[in-house]
This record gives sequence, C-alpha cells and structure tokens, in this order.
Amino acid sequence: MLKNMKKSTKSNLITLGIVVGFYVLIQILGAVGALTNSFSGQLVPICAYVILAVSLNLTVGILGELSLGHAGFMSVGAFSGTLAYVVLSENAPQPLAMLVAFVVGGVVAGLFGVLVGIPVLRLSGDYLAIVTLAFGEIVKNVMNACYLGLDSHGLHFSLKDTASLNMEVDGKVLINGAMGITGIKKASTFAVGIVLVIITLLVILNLVNSRAGRAIKAIRDNEIAARSVGIPITKYKLMAFVTSAVFAGIAGVLYALNYSSLVAKKFDYNTSILILVFVVLGGIGNLRGSVIAAAVLTVLPELLRSMNDYRMLIYAIVLIVVMIFNQSPEMIALRKRLTARFRKEGADKKDAKEKKGVA
Amino acid sequence: MQFLSYLINGISLGSVYALIALGYTMVYGIAKMLNFAHGDVIMIGSYVVFFAFGSAGMNPVLAIVLSMVVCTVLGVTIERVAYRPLREAPSLAVLITAIGVSYLLQQVAQLAWSSNPKSFTSVVSGMKPISLFDGQLTISAETVVTIIACVIIMVALIWFVNHTSAGHAMQAVSEDRGAAQLMGVNVNATISLTFAIGSALAAVAGALLCSSYPTLQPTTGAMPGIKAFVAAVFGGIGSIPGAFLGGILLGIIENLSKAYISTQLSDAIVFLVLVVVLIVKPTGLLGKKVNVKV
Repeated sequence: MLKNMKKSTKSNLITLGIVVGFYVLIQILGAVGALTNSFSGQLVPICAYVILAVSLNLTVGILGELSLGHAGFMSVGAFSGTLAYVVLSENAPQPLAMLVAFVVGGVVAGLFGVLVGIPVLRLSGDYLAIVTLAFGEIVKNVMNACYLGLDSHGLHFSLKDTASLNMEVDGKVLINGAMGITGIKKASTFAVGIVLVIITLLVILNLVNSRAGRAIKAIRDNEIAARSVGIPITKYKLMAFVTSAVFAGIAGVLYALNYSSLVAKKFDYNTSILILVFVVLGGIGNLRGSVIAAAVLTVLPELLRSMNDYRMLIYAIVLIVVMIFNQSPEMIALRKRLTARFRKEGADKKDAKEKKGVA
Repeated sequence: MQFLSYLINGISLGSVYALIALGYTMVYGIAKMLNFAHGDVIMIGSYVVFFAFGSAGMNPVLAIVLSMVVCTVLGVTIERVAYRPLREAPSLAVLITAIGVSYLLQQVAQLAWSSNPKSFTSVVSGMKPISLFDGQLTISAETVVTIIACVIIMVALIWFVNHTSAGHAMQAVSEDRGAAQLMGVNVNATISLTFAIGSALAAVAGALLCSSYPTLQPTTGAMPGIKAFVAAVFGGIGSIPGAFLGGILLGIIENLSKAYISTQLSDAIVFLVLVVVLIVKPTGLLGKKVNVKV
C-alpha cells in the first residue's frame, strides 16, 4: 500500500506522525512522572508556536513574501477570540465557548489579512515586509490604548481611558488599555493544542499540494511567467496570505487562553522575528522543518537557562549565517563542489566493491 | 502660537528622519535592498557620542566626528560581510539577513551596555534657547541646530551626487547596475561608498536625535529607523530631495498628531500614512515610475 502512495501523501503522513508521536511521548512521560513543571507549562506555547511557524512558512516559503507582522495577526486573533470566550464562558459550556473563541479569532484575523493583503499584495517584496511590520505596530499601539466595556446598554468603546467609557454602574470593563484582558479562566490544554496543530497541518499541507498550491508556488518562482499562463496573481496571493493570517489568529487564541491575562505588548516585533527565526531555521518552504524548529527552539531555552542572555544574539547570528550559507552564489557553488566530490568518492568505492565481487 | 511651536518641533524631528531616510533611500536606490540595520547603526553612533562626549568629556564636534568614523567603518563592514555575498540572491534572503544584522547590533549593544536607558547629554547643551514674540515662542537650540545641520547636509549631498564622478557613478549604478559595470564603474566600491555616506549621516542623525529625545537604549534606533523608511517611501524611494521632503512632512504629521489627537496613537498614525501612500501613490511624492519588463 505504501508503495502506491503519492510522494506528497507519504511526506504529509510522516509530518503528522511526528506530531502524534510527540503527543504520545509526552503522555507517556507524564504518566511516569518524568515531566517537570516548567516543561509542562511550555506544552501549549509549543503548539501555538508550531502553528505560527507553519502558517508563516506558508507566506514566506510557499508564497515567497516576507511578512513581519505575524504577531499582529496573532494579536487581533487573541483579543477577539478571548473576548468571545470571556463573554460566552459565563453562560455557555466551556468547550462550546472555546470552539467559538477559536472560530472568532481565526475569522477576525482572516478579515485583517484581507484588509492588509488587498492593498499590499500588489506591491513588491520589500514593501510588503514593511507594511506588515507597520500593521503589527499599529495593532500593538491601538490595542494598548483600547478600552472596551459591557453594561446593560451594550458595548462601550474608547481610546482614552476607562472613565470615558461612560458605563452604567453594573458595567464590566472587558479590555482595560495596556492592562489588556484580565481574569481569563485558563482553558487551553495540550490535547487541544495538538488537535489544532494537526488541523493546521492538514489544511496547509493540502493547500500546498493542491492546484492552488502549485499556482502559489508558480507565482513565487516567476510572477510574470505565472501571469502569462493565466494564473490570477492577486487571488492566489491573497489566498495564501489570508490562510496564514487565519491560523496565526487561531494560534493567538490558543496562546492567550493558556494564561490568566492578555496584554497587547506580548505581540510585538520581537515575537514576529522569533517566528521568522523558526521558519528560517526549519527551512524556508519546508513545513515539517518549521514544526520541528518551533518545538525545539521553544524547549531549548528552558533547558539552557544559563545561555538566556545570549539567546537572541545566537538567533541573530543564525539568521545571517543560514541565509549566507543557503543563498549566496559562492556558497552554493562550494557546496555543489563538495557534494560532487563526496559522490565521486562514494561512487569509486562502490565501483571497487563491485569489481571485487566480480573477481 | 502653540501650533507654531508644535510645527517647528515637528520640522526638527522631521529633519532627523530626513537624515536617516537619506541613508535608506541611497542604499535602496543603489543596492536595491532594504537595509534594516540602518536604525541600529544610529543607535551605535549615539552610544559612541554618549561615551566620548557625555562620559569622557570630549569636544562635542570631535565626538560626533569620531562617531561618524565608527559608523562608517561599521556600515562598510556590514555591507562587506553580510550583504555582498548575497548581492545576486533573491531579495527575501537579503531582507532576512538585514533583519539578522539589525538584531545582532541590538543584542551586542544590550550585552555590552545593558538595556537600562542612559540619559544622553545634549551635544549643544551650552547654547541658549531662542525666544521670540516676547517669550511666547521658545525654540530650543537643539531644534535650530538640527534643522540647520539637515539643510547643510542635504545641499552638500545633492551637490556631491550631481557634480562629482563618484556621485555620477552612484547614479549610474542605481539606474542599471550591469550597464554601469560594463562602462567601467566599480560597482562594489560605489555600493561601499553609499553605505559609508549613509552610515556617517546616521551618526549625525543619532547625535541630534538623542539631543532632542535624551534616552538612549539598545532599541533607540529601531523605531526612528522604521519611521525614516516610511519617510523615504513617502517622498519616493531612491530620491534624495524626496527623502528630505518625506522626512519633514512625517515629522510634522507625527508631532501634530501627538499634540492634537493622541500620544499613544501617533505611531499608528505615522504607519497609516505609509499604508495610504502605498495605496494611492506607491512611487511616493517625488519618485520615478519604474516599468517592469519581461
């Protein structure tokens, strides 16, 4: 059966297998009590970062455009989803409230994806990078100054302070400016996280291997050629960009529901760069690599506490070195020469063996 | 009167943006890359001035010259080590490398000088503010010096680009790198020169910026750097007068929105300007339209 399978299906199964294997491993470790507290605290963030890295890789690796505002989509998803959860969890059962939170977070982030994507996807790469960066900063600043309250008259919104919400006595402040949303009942579990990771992988892997995915890759490789064979550029670019934003939003909800409070500051430029580091280190365009890199790089700093001061420094060097090593024409030529030499040596040995066999 | 004071402060802030934007716009025009690390070169330059002038008590002019030398060396080194190997690589690779360099500078600064903000002594602290209309309007010495410095540098730079052979080489490389090389222009040297000039201007901009806004920390350069890029796009990327115009306008927009709309939202408004410019006129105010050919 395995033989008849398509190459891409096999590769997808391996990726999903790694995720399920990781889940089983953690369950076994948990059962024998080998998990430390700090490590089990990292499990949900790992899932969130895996989703973020995979979805950013869709933009950076498959679409070939650099987005520096992934944390911005994460932020709008986290805030809208958490808001829905906080409002609903008082009346509705928790699983339903969570489901709604994920849907709301994803949809809102997707809407922002459309909003940002339509104007900028017509522009070239550098502009897209800077506009997404600007988007991330705008979201951070606005959420930092955003006040939202709920009372018997409905929702009240202000960009100044809680007093200017003009609420009734029974009113409740939902978003309190820089303090964000507080008093969230923690709801994210590792199992939920793994399910979301699997859904993300299923959707994105299927997209990449579909007709649409091939169109997106064609646009990445040569936009003019793609246009000339009749591929609608904006449609497919937007499809990839918005899908990426939706999953960033869902990851944001997952991340936010793991803590009791949610502040806008958490989703800044540094978070966007961190996700980019996962993507670059895992391999641009390689979704399985993103999964592994995000998981390993989230766990590693916990294990290497003493290195914490140098962590970001090392990430910076990694970005530069990986890029030069993978993309510089001289390095590519050097690597080709080296592999050619190894192949030749290997081939010589094989020849020698065969000759011996004959003799 | 208050409006006038906000306006003048806006022009002063805009002059700093203009100086930084020059570095972006020249590098973008000539090397066709977005040098994300430019803002962090400013930060390093400010630290040099801080230690030479603020701590060691050097003459302020000498301190700025020293900072210009350090930044020039730094800028050229960055170009040589990180960007030159990727000259023929896809722009995504160059962009990620530039982000890496930017991060590297910030982290090195943080390890070397800690992330605690340092209070920067103004390089023109000896001068008195100017008082106009019977003291109703006060203009600080920093504001005056910043605006004058910016105008002098702008005029000198335009003269340099239009009247020297190195300047002509820069224009040629920016127009068509391959053709310039065939005509005997040393492309690598020209790009290095561009980085050198941009980084030296960044040092001046850093000293002026920190004189007006005297907190210095490793992330000081990041925000002004990004805003200066917005200014460069606003004015038309690749155009030197455009960088000047875009910088001044952006400074005014930022200061007026701080004064009349909201301090917290002023950054968001500045970035909104970028989005609007890119939608309405992607080539900027003074930029040239480039046709894509197959």
